[in-house]
Amino acid sequence: MNSFLDSKTFNWLDSRYNLDPIKKLILHKKVPVHKHTIWYYMGGVTLFLFMIQVFTGILLLMYYQPGESSAFESVRLIVTKVKFGWLIRNLHSWSANLMIFFAFVHMFSVFFTKAYEKPRELTWVSGFLLLVLGMAFGFSGYLLPWNELAFFATKVGTDIVGAVPFVGEELKLVLRGGQDVTGATLSRFFGIHAAILPAIFTLILIFHLLMVQRQGMSEPEFFKKLPENKKKYISFLPDFALRDFLLWLIVFYFLIFLALFFQWDLGLKADALAPAPQGIKPEWYFMFMFQSLKLLPPHIWFIEGETFGVLFFTFAGLVWMLVPFIKLKSEKFQKRNVIIITGIVVVAFIVGMTIYGYLE
Amino acid sequence: MNRRKFINGIMGIGGLGTLGAAVYPVLEYLVPPESAEPNVSSLKIGKFSDFEMNSSKIVKFGRIPVIVVKDEKGMMHALAATCTHLDCIVQYRKDAKQIYCACHNGVYDIKGRNLSGPPPKPLEQYAVKIIDDEIIIKSQKS
Repeated sequence: MNSFLDSKTFNWLDSRYNLDPIKKLILHKKVPVHKHTIWYYMGGVTLFLFMIQVFTGILLLMYYQPGESSAFESVRLIVTKVKFGWLIRNLHSWSANLMIFFAFVHMFSVFFTKAYEKPRELTWVSGFLLLVLGMAFGFSGYLLPWNELAFFATKVGTDIVGAVPFVGEELKLVLRGGQDVTGATLSRFFGIHAAILPAIFTLILIFHLLMVQRQGMSEPEFFKKLPENKKKYISFLPDFALRDFLLWLIVFYFLIFLALFFQWDLGLKADALAPAPQGIKPEWYFMFMFQSLKLLPPHIWFIEGETFGVLFFTFAGLVWMLVPFIKLKSEKFQKRNVIIITGIVVVAFIVGMTIYGYLE
Repeated sequence: MNRRKFINGIMGIGGLGTLGAAVYPVLEYLVPPESAEPNVSSLKIGKFSDFEMNSSKIVKFGRIPVIVVKDEKGMMHALAATCTHLDCIVQYRKDAKQIYCACHNGVYDIKGRNLSGPPPKPLEQYAVKIIDDEIIIKSQKS
């Protein structure tokens, strides 16, 4: 690393652009070593999978044609005729799912180690927004092959948006590009998936990563309390980065394994006049919400069940995003670890509802 | 008010106006134009004698999918095929003789009344007439 800093190229750039902050990062950034160090790697894995998404997504763009009469056919062409097309599509689908999975793991590990606390409130908020955008990526991308499952998932999903009080109907109209899910919806979802979301996601991601670099790794409470001579660190470059890279390789091999042996079905082409197929299920990361909506009665008090469900999840999401700003005044609550217990309940709810959804 | 404040105020109002002028057309652009809906008041869907007993088919009535069922006794029923819960297309279950939505297990009877599951409202009914063996469905609204 030091030889790079002494190199002619670096000096040439440094004399023109003052690269002190980069120098500082390379020379001084340290990562604490303790029993929870493993969780520091989860964000990096999510980032790696996002890079794979961008790369495979660009490759898919070379052949994909949005449109009611061309979308399904072009995906079929990709998986049957284009050399390694099946591999690229499988990689894109599997890596999307793994990315959401690791984003969840990353978020809950940050939550349980309380790394979201001051001064990292905005890192948490931006991370949560990235997860929501990641799910929006999944939802919008799901429709693009224009198959039966995607068609009904989108009908249900956009109808749920319609249940939002006051602006729901307008939002639904804008999302669908009309009253129904049609080719117009497909065009909009393609635009959202391939242009709008990547642009917003990249901006927030840059902010998120800058915050992480600026503030360094969070140290858990027990680590902070250790005497200075007992605190162990490794350097970010090259030690931590190399370990990160090794884990990326392992994840990459696992991804290739999934893409090779578990094909992503294309299914039947969407038909607006066909009944919804039996056992229709959304992507696993929407399952807990889907299952909860399924269990709600038609009416709760004076509002429709689905509106109640939508309001509940929106409110819960907002509270979750603003968790770093919630101050527990009573010491009793702090001692009883109310936040941690809430986190456990949330995880149990999500996992429980997801399993229930698949068993049913 | 001094000159600086005055100019700041004018610039501010101008800036907001410019922003509005830029945002408004974009928002309006995003709202799709109302498509000219085909004005359908009745629809022929085939011959009564060709329609199997205890079976169904889905047809498009204007832009609305309608499920037409011939029950075991040969009675015809026509209902809006869009589930009142979350917009999925329903199906006729021959075994249970009920209308079923596979998305969230919503169940309606043959007259479209919501029996169980999450649907909050019944399915809209359409009138069915048979004239010279021809099945004709009509909207109850017209």
